[in-house]
Amino acid sequence: MRDLIEGRVWTLGDDVDTDQIISGKYLTVIDPNELKKHVFEIALPEFAANAQAGDIVIAGVNLGCGSSREHAPQALKAIGVGAVVADSFARIFFRNAINVGIPTIEAPGVRALFEAGDGARIEMGAGRVTNVRTGASVGFPPLPSHLLELLEAGGLVEKVKRELQAGRADTAR
Amino acid sequence: MTGNGTGAGQTLAERILARAGGLEQVTPGQIIDGRVDLAMMHEQGAQTVQPFHDMGASRVWDPDRVVIAIDHWVPASTEGAAVLHRILRQFAKEQGLPHFYDVGNHGICHQILAEHGWVVPGDLAVGTDSHTNMLGAMGAVAAGIGPTEMAAVLALGKLWLKVPPTIHVRVRGSLRKGVYAKDLILRILGEIKTTGATYKAVEFSGPTIERMSMSERFTLCNMTTEMGAKCGMIAPDATTYTFLEKIAKHPMHPLAPDADAHYERVVDIDVDALGPMVACPYSPDNVRPLEEVLPKHVKVDQVFLGSCTNARIDDLREGARILKGHKVAAGVRFIVSPASTSIYKQALDEGLIETFTEAGGVFTNSSCSACFGGNMGILAPGEVCASSSNRNFPGRMGAKNAEIYLLSPAATVAAAIRGELADPREFL
Ligand code: SF4
Repeated sequence: MRDLIEGRVWTLGDDVDTDQIISGKYLTVIDPNELKKHVFEIALPEFAANAQAGDIVIAGVNLGCGSSREHAPQALKAIGVGAVVADSFARIFFRNAINVGIPTIEAPGVRALFEAGDGARIEMGAGRVTNVRTGASVGFPPLPSHLLELLEAGGLVEKVKRELQAGRADTAR
Repeated sequence: MTGNGTGAGQTLAERILARAGGLEQVTPGQIIDGRVDLAMMHEQGAQTVQPFHDMGASRVWDPDRVVIAIDHWVPASTEGAAVLHRILRQFAKEQGLPHFYDVGNHGICHQILAEHGWVVPGDLAVGTDSHTNMLGAMGAVAAGIGPTEMAAVLALGKLWLKVPPTIHVRVRGSLRKGVYAKDLILRILGEIKTTGATYKAVEFSGPTIERMSMSERFTLCNMTTEMGAKCGMIAPDATTYTFLEKIAKHPMHPLAPDADAHYERVVDIDVDALGPMVACPYSPDNVRPLEEVLPKHVKVDQVFLGSCTNARIDDLREGARILKGHKVAAGVRFIVSPASTSIYKQALDEGLIETFTEAGGVFTNSSCSACFGGNMGILAPGEVCASSSNRNFPGRMGAKNAEIYLLSPAATVAAAIRGELADPREFL
């Protein structure tokens, strides 16, 4: 995982729940390349057709509240979103996004600093998000080491794979 | 007395997570590797199979601790759902997973776990559904996780968890006639709000909770999800043990919070004066006393008595009791969906199905039904629904601008009779 993440910004409001990220009618779809056509269909209709790999999503409070559907981060991963940053996240969304390998950053106050189309620069190690256009920035507590390891590995699948291969898995009960 | 919030002892969540992590003590913020006592998957579990194989895992860590319960589209209502079901059936066969609640023996996943005793006091339980919190009513930590994470659980039997701080909700007083556990949890949601318990545990206690049945406790813990909570829980007592006596699937580890447990926040609620509550569109925390909303004469197109929050036999009985002798208002579609097949059979035996259908309602097979807008009972643009479920976000039951009002089962039935939001106490 890169220490420096830069990209074009898409903005979302507060309390964007998973129903607004991927609507219930797509829940039987499991192909991420199909899902990505419908991501944010309700919250940000122009996103799916125009988002590009490396783009950064910046949201207000409680992003991803609602159901536990992993379709939402899967779809963002399929688009190749560079990072998801929010004032705060709902718990399961945060875990799912990290687990699929998307840098997921909680930086209270970040949303107010950005408009759609701005450039964002994220310094993972230093814990800072900067608006390239305005120079305004906000700090965040860097992710704990086990989460950085997870992102480093490219997500939970790769991490467990390494663990199983290394034979360190504690499968005894 | 438990917990004035100032002590140095452990909360119930901390006690349980310490056990799961094989530790004496834990503190909020600490990350533990927790051994999982029970892993549950519904249709979303189909997304677990690929990452499970991609991880290079060959066998599920303990087939006796894995439950699969399909519920969102049962029987399959689309080709996509049929494929999800098939993926799960094949996976269960290949892995030798015996506890598969398939069509005919099905129900909403959380209800299946509850009525078959799959989660017991002291457990760490995880499920691929956000309302797994409901099982915390057993005196367990029960939390929702995503399918990739579930794949890791199936492979390793453990997962990392950050020990949450706990909000202590103490409830005293007696619920008046026409006021239910659902009204209480809506009242609490109105105070804690949808983000107030994010990453946190919510522990309920107090004389009102002690008198509650397991069904009512399930309703409370179920909607801690709407507060953003990692888990909602109630310390086990005689009611819990009696409920589990004949059905517990594995040994219990009854744990209780320390008398001097440290709580991040304490919320005291007195229910003596509580009336029926309603969560208005478009958020479960947009809660008001129902009485305040009635003068607006909110007309309804659909009424839904169902979901894991409120579709157990006591909910259906109360609904039928109110409905008896009335008709569903003209132009209203009244959908009743029991939470499980066994509740369906009970409703049949007790004549409740007859009451609902005679009055003009439609009694469906047990499933998530209209709750999530992906199967049946879908709302058209601009339509209004009175629902006993747990979420009313935009698009939850279909059209983005359809409106959902969350209510007790009794209040949904009152709405079905009147054709607009109505006070259930008028029918009692
Ligand atoms: S009934 Fe509704 S809230 Fe409960 S599991 Fe099903 S879809 Fe989710």
